[in-house]
Amino acid sequence: MAMNVLIVDDSAAIRKILQRVLRQTEMPIGNIHEAGDGVEALAMLQQQTVGLILSDINMPNMDGLEMLGKIKSMDAYKTVPVIMITTEGNQNKVMEAVSLGAAGYVRKPFTTEQIKEKLTGLV
Amino acid sequence: MSATASAAAPTREEIVEWVTQSTNEVFQTMLGMEAKFGKTFIEDPGKGLSMGVIGIIGLVGDWTGTAVVSCSSPLACKIANTLFMQEYPNVTDEVLDAVAEMTNMIIGNLKNSLESKLGTMGLSIPAVVFGRNFATRRSGKESWYVIQFEVDGERIDVQLCIAPNQNGMLTGAGVPRIMTLA
Repeated sequence: MAMNVLIVDDSAAIRKILQRVLRQTEMPIGNIHEAGDGVEALAMLQQQTVGLILSDINMPNMDGLEMLGKIKSMDAYKTVPVIMITTEGNQNKVMEAVSLGAAGYVRKPFTTEQIKEKLTGLV
Repeated sequence: MSATASAAAPTREEIVEWVTQSTNEVFQTMLGMEAKFGKTFIEDPGKGLSMGVIGIIGLVGDWTGTAVVSCSSPLACKIANTLFMQEYPNVTDEVLDAVAEMTNMIIGNLKNSLESKLGTMGLSIPAVVFGRNFATRRSGKESWYVIQFEVDGERIDVQLCIAPNQNGMLTGAGVPRIMTLA
């Protein structure tokens, strides 16, 4: 069964690149939804069911860490993998993401292969 | 003033090394393109760039500043062609998005290096300017580091201006002002 995915990033360019990478994988991808920040993402999750979330950390309005905490407190999304994709090099933030329940972390800049490898290992 | 605000400024060599590392990594990883180091120099504030595609991003923390990534329109289109795997003969919103993201990644990685010496910093949302016949002016009194690279026969410049954030007040280090010349 095809899996819906949510991409959360304030960069339209990154959302477009990740869409392409997801379509290149052999995973059964259904609809790919996009959100520009954590607030938009949470609103979207009220309306859509997704099986995978790829998210930036540093975003306006609500950052990826706050969003991750809220997602992991939602019964429907407790077990849905959330992968953080970010330029953030601050190890405290990376550790915080892991402690909040992030399933993985990819640093920007990334290669298509790095994303595919991370997805293959998780989904 | 906090301890990091009074920290010694990074040396010119450190800044050039960090910018080169970051620019190379972003071009190689995201685009499979080589950014060949060209030259580096220091510019006084005052008249800035006047054409091409310009990505601008602010850095804020105990030290504050502005970073600029600029290139020609043809190189901006090449970057978008490779990043999105589709042809862009002219500068479109998607080409500007591509330059904004390249700016974000280059300066985001540079920020990680700067933080090792200057403490935690935040980045602003990148802005992109495109056109001809405009003027930019760098306010403030701090000098700018300019590091030039060659990518696929075209030039790309990374410029950085950074200064201590005095007593929690922004110094407005380098903030470029943009004026159109109608």
